[in-house]
Order: sequence, then structure tokens, then C-alpha cells
Amino acid sequence: MIAVIDYGLGNVLAFKNVFNRLNIQVAVAKSPEDLAGATQLILPGVGSFDHAMKQFDGSGMREEVEHLVLQCEIPILGVCVGMQMLAKSSEEGKLSGLGWIDAEVKRFDTPRMRQGMQLPHMGWNDVTLVVGGGLFRGLEDGARFYFLHSYYFACHDLKDVLATSDYGAEFSAGVRRNNIYGVQFHPEKSHHFGSQLLKNFSDL
Amino acid sequence: MLRPRIIPCLLVRNKGLVKTIKFDNPKYVGDPINAVKIFNEKEADELIVFDIDATVNGTDPDYAMIKKLAAECRMPLCYGGGIRKIDQARQIIGLGVEKVAISSAALRDPELIEGIAGEIGSQSVVVVLDVRKSLFGRYEVVTHNGRKGTGLLPWEAARKAENLGAGEIVINSVDRDGEMKGYDMDLAQRVRDSVVLPMSVLGGAGSLDDIGRLIETCGVVGAAAGSLFVFKGPYRAVLINYPSTLERQALADRVKSNDRT
Repeated sequence: MIAVIDYGLGNVLAFKNVFNRLNIQVAVAKSPEDLAGATQLILPGVGSFDHAMKQFDGSGMREEVEHLVLQCEIPILGVCVGMQMLAKSSEEGKLSGLGWIDAEVKRFDTPRMRQGMQLPHMGWNDVTLVVGGGLFRGLEDGARFYFLHSYYFACHDLKDVLATSDYGAEFSAGVRRNNIYGVQFHPEKSHHFGSQLLKNFSDL
Repeated sequence: MLRPRIIPCLLVRNKGLVKTIKFDNPKYVGDPINAVKIFNEKEADELIVFDIDATVNGTDPDYAMIKKLAAECRMPLCYGGGIRKIDQARQIIGLGVEKVAISSAALRDPELIEGIAGEIGSQSVVVVLDVRKSLFGRYEVVTHNGRKGTGLLPWEAARKAENLGAGEIVINSVDRDGEMKGYDMDLAQRVRDSVVLPMSVLGGAGSLDDIGRLIETCGVVGAAAGSLFVFKGPYRAVLINYPSTLERQALADRVKSNDRT
């Protein structure tokens, strides 16, 4: 069973709907007890970094999630700000991230961006795979996803990068360290590309 | 490459889908949920839904309807209509909507933009500017389905919304609404030059070529349309439609190479 961590941020219903359509068992977790029996976790997120970290800390689920991810090593997928939370820190906030992937979250550097580039980075962008298969199985060719963000995930260890996208500069669109995965885009709102990715995640 | 967004805009009135001309004469064109299902199948880039009664009647957003729309919608959804308070915006986001659109309330009380952005994040706050052009060519932002003037210039209102933390601007031309004779390109260009935020333009698209021209002028932009995606043919027969993957690629290719990212 996939558990979508509901700490008050992110489109939990949209994930639930996608998994329901795919006939994949899914539950929305609002407390540590709800996480019992989870085989995979989804950590959604929208809004500002500090707000997301605070909400997650206040949800009462952080300890159990850490146990499941770090001791039991079940797969977790962070989405958008949920991905950024996997990093050590963010230029957007003062709080520490979870630090599960050696990375920091940076703001798109507007002065260096070409004229005509807009922030947030909003819309459908192409994603180029560094490592095929696994989470990106079947998405090797011409996959595009819906993005909505002003900060990006900068990996310190390039071996953690699964896929990249380009907005003025190349940035990490998908990352992985062991059982910990993150995507900057919104698979729950990316039509058949997103459904395929979420199906792949359920098969991990 | 980031692509221009091609966005069907659905107007809702008494729970039915309608289409107006110059913000008037709403014609019933079907059921909104059914329309969403068709746009799912066609893999539309995004959807905008405006409840055109809520603000005028001073009623709350219809949360039950929004919940149904959000559950059905497999692409990013922007909802507007009747949002006057931070709490309403938070509730709508909680129903699974990606973006909330505010217009008259934000113009009356600009700090509302800041308040909502602080709560749900700038990326989810869309400020819609309905714009009328006078006989003398002067542009003005209007509210309440085009009936109330504000005295504001669209590009100044857009810049102000940007400074207060909006994440996107939608420019909606009242005069062009339902006319299907092309976007107001001067208006689009002037607002584009005034803000760095993503912008979408609504009002007047009658063909894919109109969208192409907007993309040539404004680069990576949101091209929104109502009539174009719900009517077919000279007699405006109701038929929900959306460009194919190939047609969309051809439109994306009209972004000038120096605007590419």
C-alpha cells in the first residue's frame, strides 16, 4: 500500500485519484498510525520551504517517516517542495531540510537568466533522463511534465541525478539516493507521463 | 524547452457551462464535469474555471462543485470566482485545486494578494485583470463582469500585483470576449513588457493561428480561450475540441529562437 503523507500541504487528493484510476492501493496518512503497513511513501508539498518543514514537524509523523525511510528503507518520493525538503537546506528559508540527499535548494538566478524568462518556472517542460528504467521506465523518449517552482534542487553528488530539465540552466528534475526519490515536477498533474511515473514508483 | 501553455477557460453559471460574448449573453454549452473529462482525454495543458455568478452575487465559492472538478481534473486547475478572503483560498487549495484566481477583491484590497500568497505560496495566486478599451483607445481594468470601472491601467495593476506576490497574471479582454477575431496584441505586449511573472492572455482567440500570433509576440505565454475550444464551425455548434500534439508542437515552434530557454 502506498501512503500519501498528508501534513496539510500539497495535492493529496490528486495523488489518491491517480492511484485509484491505476487500481493501486493507496491511503492518505494523517497520523503515525496511518503509516502502518505502508510499502511506499509519497511526500507532497507546495508553498514555501520553511512553512512546509514546520507543517511536517507539527504533523507528528516525522519520526515514523524517518524510521520507515532510514531504518526500514522503504521507497519515498518527494514531489515539488516535498522533493526540496529532502535536501540539507534551501535559500528560500532558514530551517534545515531533512538532509537525506546531499543537496541544497537554490533560487533560479534571474539576473543571469536570459531576458524574457519568467519566474516561477511554470508549465510543461521536457525532461532528459540521465539514468533510465526504474522510476522513469517507459519515459525515456519525449517525456514532459508540469512544473511550478522558483527554486531548484542542486545535488552535490551528480550520481544522485536521475533526470534533468532546462530553464536558463540545467537543473535536477529527478533525483535518487538509495530508496529516497524526488521529482521537481508534478506527476499527479502530468497526464499519462505522470501516471506512468507513479505506476513505476508503485512497482519499486 | 518550456512550452507555451494552451489553456481552455470554462465559465460556470448555475452549475452549467456557459459561453459569453463581451461578458454578456451567456449561452448554455453543457456540463462542466463532462467538459473536464474531454479535456483530460485530450491532455490539455491546464484548465481555468471561472464561476461568473459568485462575485456579482456576492456568494461564496461553490465548494462542492470545485471539489468535483478538482477530483476529475488530471491537469493543473485554476479556479476563480467569489474569493474574497484568505480562508476561502486555503479551503479551495485544500480541495485539490492548484491555483486560485482573484480579481475584484484583489483590486479593492491589494493586500489580499500578499495575505493569500503568504498562506498558500505565490505560485498558486493568479490575479485576473478584466480589461476594457474605451472608444478613445484608453485601457481600464474593470470588475463585476465588466460593469464596474476601477480607473486602473492594466500594466500598472499587473506590476502592483507582481510586487505584492502574485504568481501569474491573466489578462482578459472584455471587448474581445467571444468575438473570435484574435487577441488584443497591443494589450498583451504592454503587460508582457511590464512584468516578469508568467502571463496568460484570454479573450478573442478564434483560431490556432491567433494563438500562434500571440506566441510570436509574447514568447512563452499562456494562451487561454473559451469559444475556440467549445465551438466548432461558423454556426458555433457546441463541440469541445483541443489542438492535437502535432498542432501544439507547431505552435511551440513559433516561439522566437531568442526567447527559447
